[in-house]
Amino acid sequence: MRALPVGDDALLVEVASGDEAQALHAELLRRRAEGSLSVREIVPAARTVLLDGLADPARLASELTAAEVPPAPPRARDVVELPVRYDGPDLADVAALWGVSEPEVARIHASTEFRVAFCGFAPGFGYLAGLPPRYDVPRRATPRTAVPAGSVGLAGPYTGVYPRSSPGGWQLIGTTDAVLWDHARVPAALLSPGTRVRFIPMGPSADAA
Amino acid sequence: MTDRALSVVRAGALTTVQDQGRPGHAHLGVPRSGALDGPAAALANRLVGNRPEAAVLETTLNGCAVRPRSTVTVAVAGAPCRVTVDGRPVAWGAPVRVPAGALLDVGAAVAGVRGYVAVSGGVAVEPVLGSRSTDLLSGLGPPPLTDGAVLPLGSPEALHARVDVAPQPAPPAELVLRVTPGPRDDWFTPEAVRAFTSCGYRVSSASNRIGLRTEGPCLERFRSGELPSEGMVLGAVQVPPDGRPVVFLADHPTTGGYPVIAVVRSADLPAAAQAVPGTPVRFVAARRG
Repeated sequence: MRALPVGDDALLVEVASGDEAQALHAELLRRRAEGSLSVREIVPAARTVLLDGLADPARLASELTAAEVPPAPPRARDVVELPVRYDGPDLADVAALWGVSEPEVARIHASTEFRVAFCGFAPGFGYLAGLPPRYDVPRRATPRTAVPAGSVGLAGPYTGVYPRSSPGGWQLIGTTDAVLWDHARVPAALLSPGTRVRFIPMGPSADAA
Repeated sequence: MTDRALSVVRAGALTTVQDQGRPGHAHLGVPRSGALDGPAAALANRLVGNRPEAAVLETTLNGCAVRPRSTVTVAVAGAPCRVTVDGRPVAWGAPVRVPAGALLDVGAAVAGVRGYVAVSGGVAVEPVLGSRSTDLLSGLGPPPLTDGAVLPLGSPEALHARVDVAPQPAPPAELVLRVTPGPRDDWFTPEAVRAFTSCGYRVSSASNRIGLRTEGPCLERFRSGELPSEGMVLGAVQVPPDGRPVVFLADHPTTGGYPVIAVVRSADLPAAAQAVPGTPVRFVAARRG
């Protein structure tokens, strides 16, 4: 573990894997809940956790690097189920990249339990980890100028769902009607770091039949 | 609608509602947002007797014009400009009474970029996650002002302005940004790290509320490949593949995959909000502390 200073009041704690980042994130949330850590933002990412708004980053850095991070606690939280139609425009390309048929892409994706590794890009956009590394796919060479809300895409090791229409370069394999972000709802974000997620295949929608 | 409202007569190039932003939600991908020149927004609020967290209007380069439906006290701070009420010049940087139905015109900035218009009672649009700020990256908060829009106002507090007029820093002729190195300075060649703090840059016209873009020497990377996405802070100096540093401002993305060579001291960011395109920029290495 390395703790890199970021400006004068933040630390970027770097670990070796996504699982370690998850364990560190859980431990930091635990410390904040018990009152032993005072910080404005705890932002997990692929291999790091950012702590922003610290009174004494140097002290926390030496404390963290001296301590072992306990393994992440058992996944107690419920699984969020996202209904999905595997009807994305890039399904055939993903099937070719994976070397399987299109129905097999859907079967593999829907039989995977995902975990929100981190959020970013847009409010409520989660980077969902869980697919084995052999299913990594590149981003599209040319991003789309408008990806519809609810699009389910793949990029690198991650799956993501677009909370609203936006430009995007992910390979789109499906569509969900789930509302990922609603700022009038509490909580606004359906997915937050650590949330477990499964995709539940739906039949073709009535108006598409 | 009550008469506690403002009608927008001239929205200007880009006028948004801003307060102190919505920190604390970065882990959900929500930018902090908020006034880019925080001290100027706070001063405008003080001049009209508002609390510091009241929402104000943030104008960009060419001001805006509004018509209050009831008599209000207004103060304009930030970028200096001509201010008129029904065509008659009134004070800038001081509390001004605007009668119901009169036209308040905040003119084009004579220096600087962003003006702050505080109105007694504050702009009272519906808060989102505790803030009324417009976030141009993710679209949270009210949309930028448009001609004909009507903005609700809050009730003035019994607070009295503690100042009549207050000194304000002039917009910078040269923008000096003190930086602490890292966390990813090791992604750049030693020559690039030296060039960053020794060569001059200029503010690019592509700058916005998300970032202050610069033009100048290209900073070459020592490492190739991609950096896995990591959390980003306000003031982070991110270097995209074109090698030109971008200083992250209030609407910056919460995570990013380009290396951050250094972080600008937060005390220097209000000046960055007021630097017009073409302003010389110097990054100066500061000791951590």
